[in-house]
Amino acid sequence: MTLVQATTIAAARRARQNHATRVTLGLLAALLVAAIAAMLLGDFPVPPETVLQSLFSPLTGISNKGVDFIVLQVRLPRLILALLSGAAFGLCGIIFQTLLRNPLASPDIIGIAHGASAAAVFCIIVLGWGGLSVSLGAFAGAILTAVAIYLLAWRNGVTAYRVVLIGIGAAAMLSAIISYLFTRARLNEVQQAMAWLVGSLNAAQPADSIVLAITMVVILPMLFVLVRGLDGLELGDDTAHALGTHVERTRLGLMLVAVALAAFATAAVGPVGFVAFVSGPIARRLMGGAGRGFPQAALVGALVMLVSDLVAQHALPGTQLPTGVVTGAFGATFLLWLLVVSGRSGRVN
Amino acid sequence: MRNHQLMAAGLHLGYADREIVSDLNLTIPSGKLTVIVGANACGKSTLLRGLARLLSPSKGAVYLDGKPIHQMPTREVATLLGVLPQSPVAPDAITVADLVGRGRYPHQGWFRRWTPEDDAAVAEALGATDMADLAARPVDELSGGQRQRVWIAMALAQETDLLLLDEPTTFLDINHQVEVLDLLTDLVKSRGRTVVVVLHDLNLACRYADHIVAMKSGKIIAEGKPVDVMTEKVVHDVFNMSSRIVLDPISNTPMIVPIGRHHVEAIQTVTG
Repeated sequence: MTLVQATTIAAARRARQNHATRVTLGLLAALLVAAIAAMLLGDFPVPPETVLQSLFSPLTGISNKGVDFIVLQVRLPRLILALLSGAAFGLCGIIFQTLLRNPLASPDIIGIAHGASAAAVFCIIVLGWGGLSVSLGAFAGAILTAVAIYLLAWRNGVTAYRVVLIGIGAAAMLSAIISYLFTRARLNEVQQAMAWLVGSLNAAQPADSIVLAITMVVILPMLFVLVRGLDGLELGDDTAHALGTHVERTRLGLMLVAVALAAFATAAVGPVGFVAFVSGPIARRLMGGAGRGFPQAALVGALVMLVSDLVAQHALPGTQLPTGVVTGAFGATFLLWLLVVSGRSGRVN
Repeated sequence: MRNHQLMAAGLHLGYADREIVSDLNLTIPSGKLTVIVGANACGKSTLLRGLARLLSPSKGAVYLDGKPIHQMPTREVATLLGVLPQSPVAPDAITVADLVGRGRYPHQGWFRRWTPEDDAAVAEALGATDMADLAARPVDELSGGQRQRVWIAMALAQETDLLLLDEPTTFLDINHQVEVLDLLTDLVKSRGRTVVVVLHDLNLACRYADHIVAMKSGKIIAEGKPVDVMTEKVVHDVFNMSSRIVLDPISNTPMIVPIGRHHVEAIQTVTG
């Protein structure tokens, strides 16, 4: 009897894995379609075969300077940055949401994005900085805020509840600082700061993508090792401890990974709203209990970012919206839907 | 399965500056069902958490096979000693089989290769708790009694000789309480496991315990076989309550009948 059951258990596990694979492949296909659209759409029409020719021009040597500029210097860096930053936001969101057991606990709600924003606004308005130095300032702001929240929440270990509450408090305080800085600023500085705050891929530079790609290469193996600890951590600290998990070490490691992802992504594209927030819940829903959905959340994040950016660029003819406006509109709708659904069933899945 | 030895020597436990358990010595009898009883806030759950290395002692130590448990690698302990804490959390949408499979964590390496042994352990744990039919169901959809059985199944899948449970019958109907205790007895009787459980219900404790430990204010007041230990005096010392002890008509174990303020006169008329 036990033998038959063991095969049943194994079959159920394989069914879950197969479902996860199907979700992953579906998301990859959607990403491919969106990526092709991103390469083809634009004010300057380039036929598909010319885009391909241009993409392979470094290998073939057949080049057309004007088209190559559009394809290799404008569209491709923007596409890559959208994919990388979206994946980073998606991952850091689901790490926080899983770790803190709360769908509201994404970095754009518990203050980390606000820390980056306040620092960036400070750099622009008070220090008069621009460009890369603003990104560095934002990065430092995100890290400092995360450390402050962690230290304030620490009381013989950190509890999810305290991190979320202190994070929301920090977010409110940092928003107040941003508002205060605006009252002291000149109009052109406010415009520059606002553009940064909304978050956009308009200024995508290859350097941003390279930094973000290196971040991912360093962080993903760490995440791969740490994520196993969540098997226990998801069941509560005592159960995790009982199963032989190093509770504080694993939690701290995962938080560092998530904060690094949030900080690097925010430094690159600004605090593009709601991508970190929506990716985890969407991935979970697609997975339907077939797994924790981390890789899928990264893919959802990349897809949300890329599609939002396409909408931002091409929805209104003649106007380029910042990407964050579109993700914000989409994310706010999603947040309302999540609240309605959770109100009905008493909990959020 | 080889029997492992768990004992506490000169154990002090507490939270922050508040000491809950002081200078406690206890040897858990191997291959037996030990029940810890006591009034609210007597330190019984704290003691269990200390024994399970979930709480570090401020003084003294807990020894697993003669080695201080807090100095052993936590993963190694997890292959010898399973714990079911008071309020475990089930992740959203997780299925029964998946949750039970989490018990295999200490047996798996970094690259988490699932082996046929893991599947067999999960299947056996589900069988022992009578949950096999519900293996594919989401845990959120189960009743309280079924959910408690899933958690016990998870602890069973860990395949440890020692199993510590903190009030596994709280929030359960009487039939489910009996079911859980029957299951724990099966583990001891037919598999030779060592089980330690904190219980609220004195009569069920007396019926199921091979060894009962009665605590008050962080100290052990009495321990031994329920029939030897559970006297009216001990019940009074531990719970500060007058009672009459009769024999349980089903199991011939002590059954505690509380007297209470309104029935004191009735007792006096009967005895007096």
